[in-house]
Amino acid sequence: MSGLMVLAENVHKSFGRVEVLKGIDLEVRRGEVCCLLGPSGSGKSTFLRCINHLEKVDAGRLSVDGKLVGYRQQGDKLYELKERETAQARSEIGMVFQRFNLFPHMTALGNVVEAPIRVKGESKSAAADRARALLDRVGLADKVDAYPAQLSGGQQQRVAIARALAMQPKLMLFDEPTSALDPELVGDVLDVMRGLAEDGMTMVVVTHEMGFAREVGDTVVFMDGGVVVEQGDPKSVINNPQEERTKAFLGKVL
Amino acid sequence: MSAGAPERLVAVPVRHYGRWVSAVAVLAGLAAVVYAFSQAEIDYGTTGEFFTADNIVRGAGRTLLISVLAQAIGIALGVVFAVMRLSKNPVTSTVSWCYIWLFRGTPVLVQLLIWYNLALVFPTMFGHPTSDLMTPFVAALLGLGINEGAYMAEIVRAGIASVDEGQTEASQALGMTQGQTLRRVVLPQAMRVIIPPTGNEFINMLKTSSLAYTIQYGELLLSAVSVYTRNLQVIELLFTVSLWYLVLTSVFSIGQYYLERRFARGALRDLPATPLSRVLANLRGGPRI
Ligand SMILES: Nc1ncnc2c1ncn2[C@@H]1O[C@H](COP(=O)(O)OP(=O)(O)O)[C@@H](O)[C@H]1O
Ligand SMILES: [Mg+2]
Repeated sequence: MSGLMVLAENVHKSFGRVEVLKGIDLEVRRGEVCCLLGPSGSGKSTFLRCINHLEKVDAGRLSVDGKLVGYRQQGDKLYELKERETAQARSEIGMVFQRFNLFPHMTALGNVVEAPIRVKGESKSAAADRARALLDRVGLADKVDAYPAQLSGGQQQRVAIARALAMQPKLMLFDEPTSALDPELVGDVLDVMRGLAEDGMTMVVVTHEMGFAREVGDTVVFMDGGVVVEQGDPKSVINNPQEERTKAFLGKVL
Repeated sequence: MSAGAPERLVAVPVRHYGRWVSAVAVLAGLAAVVYAFSQAEIDYGTTGEFFTADNIVRGAGRTLLISVLAQAIGIALGVVFAVMRLSKNPVTSTVSWCYIWLFRGTPVLVQLLIWYNLALVFPTMFGHPTSDLMTPFVAALLGLGINEGAYMAEIVRAGIASVDEGQTEASQALGMTQGQTLRRVVLPQAMRVIIPPTGNEFINMLKTSSLAYTIQYGELLLSAVSVYTRNLQVIELLFTVSLWYLVLTSVFSIGQYYLERRFARGALRDLPATPLSRVLANLRGGPRI
């Protein structure tokens, strides 16, 4: 088995006539934390959504854990994946959204047990036991029965992380997980993510938190206008960018 | 710093003379109507007596039965056609559009008559005489239910559209299929938008079901008609019927209130107290809520 968890080669994606991804090349190794930086509209969310099969790639190749995203290759022919196969592939990848997207009609526990029960067919009691442990891990043992509306943004995002972890994913995608949070709540969420990274989870994190990218990231990728402008070791990219566009962007956010 | 309660302001309130005038006018009008009806040749005793008469009560039962069943059919069809309407398949969404167009575009009374008279053009169905199959009950059920489905489809569609797209995305990202996403995530949240108009639809259905009297279904109105064609106390019996409809619609309006409250779960931090719980709390002498 190769050490690559995500491999993107010349990935293109258009919405109608607007080309959003214009040939992305990127590698994320197993156990690595890759931080995606870039100005708004540069295609970061679209790229994450492609990795998680929420969007289809128009051209190029994108594979996760050695398997093509959205297609199955037999000989030299590509077959589109059926809905069930896509769902199965998604269940192995966790995703955390900027706006949490917790299910508002379920408690924190309900949110976390839902997919293990429905998708993996876990028993209710086993799923609940694991969910409690996960909620404890993200520091919310006392909020098990709270509905999302009764939780702060930071607490909701930590429930969302627990919900994704409950599927025991091999890869976690974070799309600006702290951008919708009040500044004083950002730290708790970043701490949970740091803990995950230390436990060896492979993560792709879209973020504007330069401190996090510098300390936790193994690689930093700077995207602009649908292409990767610069990538490499966090300290060298953030402290010593080579490209003008990277310099301009970092000048604004730092 | 001066402590203590601030001095209360004293001011001459604005006088709303207009309100007094309109209140008096309305009350006078009402009194005239009540007086007219009290002087009319109406035997209110008969109205009250028939309220509990066997055949009238049975008619009310049938009204309730046909309304519940037709509404259930309407809800089931509504969900199916709403999902079809939103589907990416152009054939299913067009079929759904046509269904809604056809059944919302024609009067339900005409639809009832068509179902009931189907025997004229299809003498047999499934190897049986159509007149045996298409009883007044079946015709009323199909006519009311299928017509209702068209309205429910639009209500359900609006409900599904009201759910944030991020919900579908999160559900799919967890590996749930489209069906699971619809059943577990989207529809429960759509309920908050679907239930209030559905309650109104059902209350309308209780009243609209009276049209089934034209196709000989023995619901409340037909029961009253068959009484007053014998005793000729037309208005008395129509008042009895009206009372029954008021009772039914009032009871279900209260039920609707509690149902809406239940589905507000998760949307509000704390559910508002119900009128009943407020009364009980006050009786117990607890804190006023
Ligand atoms: N579903 C969509 N349909 C059309 N345009 C889209 C869609 N999703 C994203 N876009 C466009 O693609 C561009 C990149 O968006 P996005 O990937 O969200 O950027 P980022 O996350 O870097 O801010 C934006 O111009 C956005 O308007
Ligand atoms: Mg984005």
